[in-house]
Amino acid sequence: MQELINNFLGVLPFEFLNYTFMKNAFIAILLATPIFAILGTMIVNNKMAFFSDSLGHSAICGIAIGTLFGITDTNISMILFACLFAIALNMVKHKVAYGADTIISVFSSIAIAIGLAILTAQGSFNQYSNILVGDILSINWHEIVYLFITFVIVFVVWYYMFNKIHAISINTSLAKSKKINIMLVDDVFVILIAVVVMVSIRWVGILLINSLLILPAASSRNIAKNMRQYHLIAVAISMFSGLTGLIISYYHNIPTGPMIVIIAGIIYFITFGLKDKIKE
Amino acid sequence: MGKEVACGFHCIKAKNIGVTIGQDEILKNVNLHIHCKELTVIIGRNGAGKTTLLKALLGEVKHTGSIEFVDTKEHIARKLRIGYVPQSINVEKHMPTTVYDLFASYISNTPIWLKKDKKAETKIKSSLRNFGVESLIDKSIGDLSGGEMQRVLLAISTYNEPNLLILDEPISGIDKNGIAVFFEYINKLKKEHDMSIILVSHDLDLVEKYADRVILLDKTILKEGTPVDVFSSTEFKRVFE
Repeated sequence: MQELINNFLGVLPFEFLNYTFMKNAFIAILLATPIFAILGTMIVNNKMAFFSDSLGHSAICGIAIGTLFGITDTNISMILFACLFAIALNMVKHKVAYGADTIISVFSSIAIAIGLAILTAQGSFNQYSNILVGDILSINWHEIVYLFITFVIVFVVWYYMFNKIHAISINTSLAKSKKINIMLVDDVFVILIAVVVMVSIRWVGILLINSLLILPAASSRNIAKNMRQYHLIAVAISMFSGLTGLIISYYHNIPTGPMIVIIAGIIYFITFGLKDKIKE
Repeated sequence: MGKEVACGFHCIKAKNIGVTIGQDEILKNVNLHIHCKELTVIIGRNGAGKTTLLKALLGEVKHTGSIEFVDTKEHIARKLRIGYVPQSINVEKHMPTTVYDLFASYISNTPIWLKKDKKAETKIKSSLRNFGVESLIDKSIGDLSGGEMQRVLLAISTYNEPNLLILDEPISGIDKNGIAVFFEYINKLKKEHDMSIILVSHDLDLVEKYADRVILLDKTILKEGTPVDVFSSTEFKRVFE
């Protein structure tokens, strides 16, 4: 399979695809950017930007706890920890009346602190510090397989559950009166975010992962008139930023993650300027 | 709804409803008997537990006591369908959610981000037509007026012909004209669809004008009866004067 795809990409008339690391990065971006975009639509709608950011930060704690238990595949420990983290946040959010942002902040700071403490005490922090900025050119086939599985899961869940996620985001009581299981849908949604963030964080980096979730959706929200446009435009912007970011970074020796975010940021401001013209 | 239409023999009995959240007892010993074809309005000061009572009826907050939907002719309990119109919904100006998107996310399984469900669209249109807002189907819900939004929500909440319709301060943010139109529709639902309607309101003038029965709530029911009965009671004066 890997050979087949690599051969196919080798045939394409792009010089940068001659290298295996660029082929891998190219495939990773094709898989990851659409799922960032579609998850982003509801993260933006639900004003959960801070939540997804904190999830990213919790990765460091997941790795640290994983090393304590001797789990060598950090992907698994990060994903497990992030899912638990997301569900715990959700539970507290439903129980506590005051601002969710305070709770999220408390959880996230504790998670980072524990992570840093453990990794530094073990003297292994330097080994994992590259996770802060990430490196897309280091992505390997093993991680692409993780990404592909996530890609499929996200689309299946989005196909079958999106209407319910949307219904809850508009008004929980109304959703409840239509017999929607709010806790279940909400938990599935945050677990989905947790998984997507964790399988991507190694190459996007903790510092930038949230921008890839937020920027395409926020840009699309500026100009889209309905749910179909909202998704389509977000996916288009996300894939465009990802691919142009990769190509520019290759030719100009700029790190890929930051380049993608800069392009997505520019697109955000363009759509912001177009907002009033399109929506009036 | 078939033969259930306009029989006039249904009622909803809530017995001994109590809600305690943490250390706070918010409701205790609330007994409701709500007949179909009746508009019951719950009034009370802020924090009297009005919204909590609605949420208990909806099953959204844990409560003690029981809620039964009874057929008084056949003396059997039936499954209660509840429609709910929230006080406000999470909208922003120009948001990329149209009235179709909003409506379909509650009634259709076709993902609204992928394509329009033509069957659902036809049903949604006819449901909106009942409330005179069919033309808004492709408009962003962030750009509707308060009155338009309220009628769209009425269409959504009555889509599956509920036996009980619950409205939480539905007229806040609607102008005078809008309020008159709104109550016209409420009257129509009551008479033509045999619905029991419970409404929370702060506007006592409107309560006097439109309610069939009034419940004065403060943790428990202080007084209930016709608007005239309740408004002239000593309990009412104690709460509002």
